[in-house]
Amino acid sequence: MSNRIDQVFSQLRSENKTAFVAYVAAGDPDMPRSLEVVRALERAGADIIELGVAFSDPLADGPVNQMAAQRALDAGATLAGTLDLVRELRKTGSETPIVFFTYLNPVYVYGFSRFHQDAAAAGVDGVLFLDLPPEESQWNEELKETDELCHIRLIAPTSPDERIEAIAKTSEGFIYYVCREGVTGAQTDLADDIDEQVANIQKHTEIPVVVGFGISTPDQAQSVAQSSDGVVVGSAIVRCVEQYGEQADLAEQVEALVKPLVDAVKSV
Amino acid sequence: MSDTAINTDQLPDSHGHFGTFGGMFVPETLMEALKELSQEYEKAKNDPGFQSELDHLLHDYVGRETPLYFAEGLTKKAGGAKIYLKREDLLHTGAHKINNALGQILLAKRLGKKRIIAETGAGQHGVATATVAARFGMECVVYMGAVDMERQHLNVVRMRLLGAEVRAVHAGQATLKEAVNEAMRDWVTHVRSTHYILGSALGSHPYPMMVRDFHRVIGLEARRQILEREKRLPDLLIACVGGGSNAMGLFHPFLNDPSVRMLGVEAGGRGIKDGEHAARFQGGKLGVLQGTKTWLLADDDGQIQLTHSVSAGLDYAAVGPEHAYLKDIGRVEYTYATDDEALEGFQVLSKIEGIIPALESSHAIAQTLKSAAGMAKDRIIICNLSGRGDKDVEQAAKFIFGDSE
Repeated sequence: MSNRIDQVFSQLRSENKTAFVAYVAAGDPDMPRSLEVVRALERAGADIIELGVAFSDPLADGPVNQMAAQRALDAGATLAGTLDLVRELRKTGSETPIVFFTYLNPVYVYGFSRFHQDAAAAGVDGVLFLDLPPEESQWNEELKETDELCHIRLIAPTSPDERIEAIAKTSEGFIYYVCREGVTGAQTDLADDIDEQVANIQKHTEIPVVVGFGISTPDQAQSVAQSSDGVVVGSAIVRCVEQYGEQADLAEQVEALVKPLVDAVKSV
Repeated sequence: MSDTAINTDQLPDSHGHFGTFGGMFVPETLMEALKELSQEYEKAKNDPGFQSELDHLLHDYVGRETPLYFAEGLTKKAGGAKIYLKREDLLHTGAHKINNALGQILLAKRLGKKRIIAETGAGQHGVATATVAARFGMECVVYMGAVDMERQHLNVVRMRLLGAEVRAVHAGQATLKEAVNEAMRDWVTHVRSTHYILGSALGSHPYPMMVRDFHRVIGLEARRQILEREKRLPDLLIACVGGGSNAMGLFHPFLNDPSVRMLGVEAGGRGIKDGEHAARFQGGKLGVLQGTKTWLLADDDGQIQLTHSVSAGLDYAAVGPEHAYLKDIGRVEYTYATDDEALEGFQVLSKIEGIIPALESSHAIAQTLKSAAGMAKDRIIICNLSGRGDKDVEQAAKFIFGDSE
């Protein structure tokens, strides 16, 4: 099966370029404006867009993303509404890969296999569950993964080698290396062992390794781009949405923030 | 053996599943720490040195064993079955919570961790954790919802006196669930140096199993005590269920006794309407929250609903996964007591027995009065009096006497 994520990475590899992955909270400040933000990310040159699905109890997120989820929920965001957002986006011919970044419970209550079908039909390419280790998908009948979506796995600095190997084997699309022990959110300093860790993961797999958690400036993005297949920036963009959410030029502000980040990653 | 017989040595399975419930639904960063904790716990369980240190401290420091008290006045008032109270309220720090806090800090020591974190609702688990952290000279941070800090102010002061830092959590409805979120965030960030002493039979494996095991001493003692006193097993066990640690501790050693019925009492709050209660088995659904698959209160979009209970310790949206399992197989029954019923139980026990119970335990007392009234006089109930009510006197006074101070 050929999907948009694999296509993007094979294109980038042929050009010897690194992917820029943008994260935003879907439905922040509301769904219509969130769609404008997603289009701005595309215009700025994001290769892949991660949409955070709003959840009441985001225990892996720092304050910036927590507040974004709350704003989205207050504006009525739901999983079904986030699928609608993707449908709208695809209607206008967008081919940017979309990955849902979500906690399990909203999907669980929606229905795990129903979600896979509906998401694929809406034009979602992959899903990353923050609180669903791959083992639980094997152990729980109702959490059996189907092949409509790429299942993107997380690897953490605390994951030992044998676990990295096992996770790498079942990853699809790309591997998300969480480069920091902690929650989501911008950091002034990045871990100094990112290149070693990424190289170690790459020993186990051919799948692209994308690095995220804490990367917020062009300098940081550029530095991480040198040793990885992709760089995720999240909280910095979410903060921009927070700051300009009520203003008419929200999309322009987001584009202006993201463009230099994309350029930094592409300069490598 | 009846077909509800359970081999207590086999649940959960090695991945923390109680039937379909339980498991390890956590961010990847924590997986290794949880596996390490499971392994160390298995080793400790089989280490006579660990067990004897724990037993010694439970006896000399915590004050075990606790009495099984025949509550004559309460029995007379209900007019039916004989009521025994398992007096966990007499333990050091005032509730059963210290059984688990002590066991876990001994594990933390074995794991070489220097820093302890915990969440707390009513403050009893926070106080127990702050206490053992002081005793073992470890740094301690306790996360507590800002609303709970206000309604359980006394326990906040106690934790601070014990040297713990109490961090207020303002997110969401600022109660126990948000405190757990914040403790998990802390743990993800400091996982190499820190042990998280989770306070109920909740969360990811191995916590539900480990917390239950550290509280099994309640049921083991009660079983021996009632056999000595009455020369027979009780007919009914009753305990309140928030996460469900005191109930698991009492119930577990009786699971293979088919003649013993068990009843868990959830918080009915102001009645079973959305946002007004914390009775997960009344109108809850199957879902995944804070590391475990279990029954929880969520809306149709999977968002966790608001909860309410007069007792901070029961005011929580998910129930421990082993309770979900025991309900599923029909071994334990679950009901609820409302705020008003609990406050009534609180007053009855205070006036008739001279024992002021915690508001959490008052839910079990309220149900015990009801159940006993409908049973013959030769029947026996054991109710777990999981904590004392010192922490609740200001709250209770507000409700009972209308004190606005």
